[in-house]
Amino acid sequence: MYWSPVIERMPLEELKRIQEKKLRALVRNVYEYSPFYKRKFRELGIHPEDIRGLEDLKKLPFTRKQDLRDNYPFGMFAVPISQIVRFHASSGTTGKPTLVGYTEDDIRIWVESLCRGLVSCGVCNEDIMQIAYGYGLFTGGLGFHYAAEKIGATALPVSAGNTERQINLMKDLGVTVIACTPSYFLYMAEYAEKMGTSIKETNLRMGIFGAEPWSEETRKRIEDKTGITAYDVYGTSELSGPLFTECVERDGLHIWADHFLIEVIDPKTGENLGEGERGELVVTTLSKEAMPLIRWRTGDITIMETEKCNCGRTHPRILRILGRSDDMLIVRGVNVFPSQIEHVLMQIPEVGEHYMIILERKEELDEMTVQVELSDKVKIDKPADILNLTRKVEDRLRVVLGISAKVELVNPGTLQRFEGKAKRVIDKRKI
Amino acid sequence: MVKQLSVFVENKPGRLAAVTKVLYEKGVNLRAFMIADAGDFGIIRMVVDKTDEAFNALKSAGFTVTLNEVLAVEVEDRPGELYRISKALGDEGINIEYVYAFTSEKHRALIIFRVDNNERAMKVLEKMNVLFKGSID
Repeated sequence: MYWSPVIERMPLEELKRIQEKKLRALVRNVYEYSPFYKRKFRELGIHPEDIRGLEDLKKLPFTRKQDLRDNYPFGMFAVPISQIVRFHASSGTTGKPTLVGYTEDDIRIWVESLCRGLVSCGVCNEDIMQIAYGYGLFTGGLGFHYAAEKIGATALPVSAGNTERQINLMKDLGVTVIACTPSYFLYMAEYAEKMGTSIKETNLRMGIFGAEPWSEETRKRIEDKTGITAYDVYGTSELSGPLFTECVERDGLHIWADHFLIEVIDPKTGENLGEGERGELVVTTLSKEAMPLIRWRTGDITIMETEKCNCGRTHPRILRILGRSDDMLIVRGVNVFPSQIEHVLMQIPEVGEHYMIILERKEELDEMTVQVELSDKVKIDKPADILNLTRKVEDRLRVVLGISAKVELVNPGTLQRFEGKAKRVIDKRKI
Repeated sequence: MVKQLSVFVENKPGRLAAVTKVLYEKGVNLRAFMIADAGDFGIIRMVVDKTDEAFNALKSAGFTVTLNEVLAVEVEDRPGELYRISKALGDEGINIEYVYAFTSEKHRALIIFRVDNNERAMKVLEKMNVLFKGSID
């Protein structure tokens, strides 16, 4: 099933011609109407005429989070407020909030992109979709909401939180699809057991999980535990919100090339990387009117593939997000991605899904502690049982990370649970 | 064999109280109790009157709790009894992993053993006619 069959299966060469045409128009447009890009282009001596094809993209400067903060609130906009129909804003936990404006057409393309994704993983008008992403300034809730309605599915706008009600509604209404963060869904599954029921006793068949990096092992755990099929979704608030999902092949997320132009770069040098190479995802918005972004540094680490997918779609794919270039931890000089730690933990059946990473500096030396809950199936009778398990987890972490971490096993249910994006790293180092 | 509960607890103030509160609220009576302490954490082992109820209550309160069976021996409450039994097991090459004991009016002296070979230990204890076969209540 395709939402827009012609465009989704268009040969890549034709898509590239569309991208070139749109890129030239975008550059002319921002040079004319965006005070930010006009200034930046002039500083760098770039003229719109210099950009003729996709190979000229690398002449253009990157746009970073800091640019959005510096130009808060309206400095990035390329249209007057009269044409803007909606605002979303990021939470601003790491600085000033970043504000994104949308024209009517921006919203239409956002919805179109997500509709293509939802249909590609099998959502249809028979589905009842529980949207447990936050509604409001966060893009997750409203993004899914309008796409679900557009497809003709039934949206259940429950938003995040109030887990008992979530489970009751899921059961009572026969919800078939849920959209939320993977960590919240795992919490929900655990909560259902506490209520004396189980996700397996509901009609839920599919989950569309995102807004935080998660691993293949977490997918397996979710599927084993709850009997649903789990799909990955990607988007960022700066680009619109949830935009891209896996298709039923589950071999990467399709990035709709008629609206978004992607590159993968080395986050340190800014050099473009080839297919199959791990680097930072950079996105140029080809259709956005209110707040077009040129070479937006997402900070998300992934790998790009352009081979045609078995599902018939021709648009390039990215693999699931492997981490963040900026929440990459540097511990004793070694780069550590929390996703690597999650990957190790999920392969050890004696420990559960919930964990915390604590960083401290003791006598000039970094110490990393990983707290993880015991699985409720584990059998413990002797201190040696705990010590051996601790050593096993520590050994595996050392092999994968290349540095040692102290492991603390704790009782199930004792670590913090998250309803939105999980914040699993506590960095107490004062550097 | 008697049923024993083993509970994993972090070594932090209030953890023992958290475990015993659950038992108290379910009206569970402790018959024997010991803590194996291992630095950052400990293992509480206990024999109680309502084992299944205690197990379920601890589990749903979020504790890592394991139900297992251990050997129990019933002897006279007088000097030399533990010596007699441990010597017999030692002579047979059976290793004792841990042991704790309690006395009560009803059961005289009860000694709980965890050994490396249950079958052989049971034979030795049967022969000595000390193996406890009743139930704890």
